[in-house]
Amino acid sequence: MHGRPRKPFKPEDEAASVAKAQKLRALQSQFLSNHIHKNYTQEAVELSAALLEINPESYTAWNYRKLAVEYNLTHSASDPDLVKSIFDEELRLVENALRQNFKSYGAWYHRKWVLSRGHSSIEKELRLLDKFQSLDSRNFHAWNYRRFVASLMDRSEEDELKYTQSLIDKNFSNYSAWHNRSVLLANLMKKRREGFSQKDEVLTREYELVREALFTDEDDQSGWFYHLWLLDQTVKVESLLLVASWPAHGSNVAVLRESCTDGFASSSFNVLQFNSKTFPLVVYFNEAVEGVNSSTVTVSSKLNKDKDLIWKPLSSNNSRTAQVWVAQIDLPSTQLQSSEAYPFEVIIGQSQGITSVGGFSYNYATRLAFSVCLQPPRKEHTEGSVSGKIVWRDENFHAFEPCCVEPNLILPIDLLSINSEQDPKASTWQKEILDEEIKNFRELSFCKIGKLTLARLLTAYDALTSSYKLAHSEEVLKIYSDLMKLDPSHSQYYKDEYSLALLRQVTFDRESLFCRCVKYMGLSSSDDHHPICLRLHKLSLSRMGSFEKLLWVQMLDLSQNELRSIEGLEAMQLLACLNLSKNKIGSFTALGPLQQLKSLQVLDISYNEIGTHPVDTTRYLCPSPLSHSLASEWNQDDSVTSFWEAFLVLKGLKLTQLDVVGNRIADERFSQFLVKVLPALKWLDDVQLK
Amino acid sequence: MAELAADKHVKYIISVEKRKDSFENVVMEHLRMNGVYWGLTTLDLLGKLDAVDSQEVIQWIMECQHESGGFAGNVGHDPHILYTLSAVQVLALFDKLNVLDFDKVANYIAGLQNDDGSFSGDVWGEVDTRFSYIAICCLSLLHCLDKINVEKAVNYIVSCKNVDGGFGCTPGGESHAGQIFCCVGALALTGSLHHVDKDLLGWWLCERQVKSGGLNGRPEKLPDVCYSWWVLSSLIMIDRVHWINKDKLVKFILNCQDIENGGISDRPDDAVDIFHTYFGVAGLSLLEYQGLKAIDPAYALPVDVVNRIFIGR
Repeated sequence: MHGRPRKPFKPEDEAASVAKAQKLRALQSQFLSNHIHKNYTQEAVELSAALLEINPESYTAWNYRKLAVEYNLTHSASDPDLVKSIFDEELRLVENALRQNFKSYGAWYHRKWVLSRGHSSIEKELRLLDKFQSLDSRNFHAWNYRRFVASLMDRSEEDELKYTQSLIDKNFSNYSAWHNRSVLLANLMKKRREGFSQKDEVLTREYELVREALFTDEDDQSGWFYHLWLLDQTVKVESLLLVASWPAHGSNVAVLRESCTDGFASSSFNVLQFNSKTFPLVVYFNEAVEGVNSSTVTVSSKLNKDKDLIWKPLSSNNSRTAQVWVAQIDLPSTQLQSSEAYPFEVIIGQSQGITSVGGFSYNYATRLAFSVCLQPPRKEHTEGSVSGKIVWRDENFHAFEPCCVEPNLILPIDLLSINSEQDPKASTWQKEILDEEIKNFRELSFCKIGKLTLARLLTAYDALTSSYKLAHSEEVLKIYSDLMKLDPSHSQYYKDEYSLALLRQVTFDRESLFCRCVKYMGLSSSDDHHPICLRLHKLSLSRMGSFEKLLWVQMLDLSQNELRSIEGLEAMQLLACLNLSKNKIGSFTALGPLQQLKSLQVLDISYNEIGTHPVDTTRYLCPSPLSHSLASEWNQDDSVTSFWEAFLVLKGLKLTQLDVVGNRIADERFSQFLVKVLPALKWLDDVQLK
Repeated sequence: MAELAADKHVKYIISVEKRKDSFENVVMEHLRMNGVYWGLTTLDLLGKLDAVDSQEVIQWIMECQHESGGFAGNVGHDPHILYTLSAVQVLALFDKLNVLDFDKVANYIAGLQNDDGSFSGDVWGEVDTRFSYIAICCLSLLHCLDKINVEKAVNYIVSCKNVDGGFGCTPGGESHAGQIFCCVGALALTGSLHHVDKDLLGWWLCERQVKSGGLNGRPEKLPDVCYSWWVLSSLIMIDRVHWINKDKLVKFILNCQDIENGGISDRPDDAVDIFHTYFGVAGLSLLEYQGLKAIDPAYALPVDVVNRIFIGR
């Protein structure tokens, strides 16, 4: 019962209720009997009207009315006046029912049904709606009906846009009107109708309109989401772009191999340390795409002759689309000269066919050139595995000394400045609009929505003009910290945004990333092959991001943060060692992205919250039988059903080292399960397995 | 802070069935199937499903089934997809899906899919994304999703997505938390959550929390206990539930209890009903309130019931 006050129980109320109920029940019983016996006499039809006027939600009675109409039409189809009067009676009844209950689905649909039959005048409908909508301007049934009527009478979208304008002018606090405006405007802009073909002009107009609303009452949410949509329209890249790849264009990749005869090189960002039978080729677009295959992307190299690569979308569900795609390149097992660098040439967009979810096609033929050489491991590295146990202790990580940094050391994060026509140059109008909005919202930055909008505007501005620096990143971080205090109920939202902003800053350029890179020197310190670890620990990150800058990372320390999920981590195809210890991971399904990291060998998820929460917030983001998103049939096997989430994520991984201690789920039974499901495991929680 | 008056709510739910002659009950008679689902799911979450005679309920449910395979809201009424899902859910609660002819029910639902992928609620053709969710949920519980064109069904739902990240009844319809639950739920059940802009929708949803701690269903509307379910379950499915203040919401729901007579209302001091009692308790379950069974955010059934059907334990 919506909005009805709770009243103490009184016997006289109860008696009145029973009396009323008896009357209604008598009507209902008689009606149901008429319905079953297909009784469509005038008396019976009138009885159904009486019932619906009291209880418009009685859906069976609406169905009966439709049957009665059809019955009566077949018996009087020749007389147009009679036909019209039959339908007019239905419209009258609906109007009465709606007065009783404005939200009755059955009544609204009955009206649509009548109108769709084409015997009634539509002209009256808009007038009726104006009446209803002035009583309740937010009723979504009325709005839906309005869209239905507008389309039935072919009313122009320009006229409907004017209607939303008139409502907003009357009272800007009308989210429904803003919503309808967004639908109409998007259509008009798409169709490039007169007055709507110049995006910058339209947007400038709309910014002005919504700004007025936001500045009149900054706590009223009606314009908030509309403004965010305008911002999105302003900065949206209207084409499909490749934003990153691994290997990067122009890079030299060294792959450790046993079968090489000669050795060279020391620590380098481009040495593939941990796996040598294959290496991944990763392409990262600005939007989710489909159609990446061996004909749209060609790879030529002596090392990969006559082989069609199999491209896989990196997505955690049934999707055939993804922002990131990977193909594995097999390295031949025959002896190869290690001194030789084998050139690779990859053409992305060789033939048409890569298209984005947003409807754009990849219209370039982007050339990526890199070379691969094979390098023997220094000591007794077993092929394809990490040697020894990785111990994530500070004393094992050593900073690069400036003198030791090779002059030619390249962090392979250079994006694809290889095709100048691809480079999205900010238009003057985009900058101007953002400048103007930033100026305006600085004035509103005393309140929550003012601050939040300013942070978003500054972030968008930096993204648009970020060739050299992120000019506003410190300011953005400061705003999000302020928001956490100002609006504590949503502090975790701001914290997530803060984390993403911080990661953009940390990963922005070579220098800032290099500060976070260290050499790992484990127990076998005589070994001078030292993996490079990116340490993003102790940053109180609640969320990960900027993956397009991290495709090269093989060893990543994310420990002692506040991560709840690792959404997006599947892009890091080279990852072999991952430390997630001391975070807030609540379930194995939250680790779903690991399922796609085929190079992963060392995983530390100790001291998280796995097994603590009855509610699993990633239950539907991880492929499982619940969402019909498993590649293979789920076989109900008693030995795994108790730990089915862990089974789904871990099976197929070649982990050699795993730490799970400090999670509620970790007990003797779970350990036994892990040993069974991870046959390559050598270390489990510091214990060497036999 | 008040605690959950679990025993009172159990008594209230059982008493609703007995007060058949009140006006409220007669008005709601046509949707008794929904009422039974709300009441019994609440009892199960409270660990008291055995307080009802399952045989009696199952027999009544089966009396509501029509030749078409669909279920009516009550005996004598017409079949509709709304009540077909409730019937299947209640049978699932009792672990009695086997009394159904799966093909018959599934064919009824599959027959309601339109060429554009949408679903009608019944033979009269009203289209709404609520019915898309219901069809997908119901067929999934019956392991019969292959009877419909899932890809088209998903595409239709995606065509109802708005610029605020939410979803409406039909293309162009305004976002509404109840509708968002249906669309996000349907996408979740078909492994299609990649169509959701989680950050955009998450922000819209988390801004449904008002100062009192309660949630509303659209911007600038009053809070209502039922959105504890619609908003929370959607936030959970897209992993953004940490963006609201859970403690304040728990308080709001508990404040809507009728401590004396049991039941939960839409807002503090309003009249209670079975619908809000269910959404209040289910909301508390999603908030990990102690002593309640966990509820699945997509199937709207206790997690143990869902796992029994899909995982096998």
